Amino acid sequence: MISARKLVVAALVVSAGLAGCGEKEQVIVYQQGKYQGKPDTRPWENEPGASIYTTSKWNKGDKTSWEAALKSRNQNQNEYTRTE
Amino acid sequence: MARMKFLCDTERCIECNGCVTACKQENEVPWGVNRRRVVTINDGVPGEKSISVACMHCSDAPCMAVCPVDCFYRTEEGVVLHDKDMCIGCGYCFYACPFGAPQFPQAGAFGMRGKMDKCTFCAGGPEKDNSKEEFAKYGSNRLAQGKLPACAEMCSTKALLGGDGDVIADIFRNRALKRGKGSEVWGWGTAYGKPDNPQQQAPKGAKS
Repeated sequence: MISARKLVVAALVVSAGLAGCGEKEQVIVYQQGKYQGKPDTRPWENEPGASIYTTSKWNKGDKTSWEAALKSRNQNQNEYTRTE
Repeated sequence: MARMKFLCDTERCIECNGCVTACKQENEVPWGVNRRRVVTINDGVPGEKSISVACMHCSDAPCMAVCPVDCFYRTEEGVVLHDKDMCIGCGYCFYACPFGAPQFPQAGAFGMRGKMDKCTFCAGGPEKDNSKEEFAKYGSNRLAQGKLPACAEMCSTKALLGGDGDVIADIFRNRALKRGKGSEVWGWGTAYGKPDNPQQQAPKGAKS
């Protein structure tokens, strides 16, 4: 007569052994011509203070204000406006 | 919408390699990988011209077209980036790129070619912005800090301009008009295409 303990152990061994069969697919299901890598966050979606190195100011999620911040910074490369 | 571009003014570039150093320092690029470099034509001959070259973030990027695993993507600002987790280091992008931008670290055993590395326009990559992972794989994400690429901002003579295409084109146009020469922009036709009808006026308020 098989004891209850042996039955439990056998059940555990079987379930552990079969666990590998239920493994999920780990490779990318490839679709030609389509980027399937990780998604990237957009720069203006960050809080301006998210990084300690941030110097410009914009409103989180507001693309126009981020662009305006970059445009004003762009003018640092224009010495005609810097010297006038 | 901003469309990020690089522009190198050959009349101004003095081959100081400040842009190369700034890029190396900002992104902690390993030995053997040069995201940006300075090329000089007719070196030593009077009238020599130098130009700073890196990924130009092409409008119709050939690297993106040839990649067998499609690891490239273009951001809304027009920056061409790639996912290093997907890259298999095949090197097709290197052969396709007209600017020689893709670089391959060869620090592995037997000089094995690693995953491709290139200029990111200081926009990081597909990891959490300004995270350790992003910095380790792709380098600094200055765009997410409201800054522009380190190479352009560090350029001592302001030969290398980087930022919104319209803004830097205006800066360069003003410059070329004031000095009365050197209005040729190297690489722009290859990277961003040539107009079908050069005489055509751009519609008002439109962006390039």
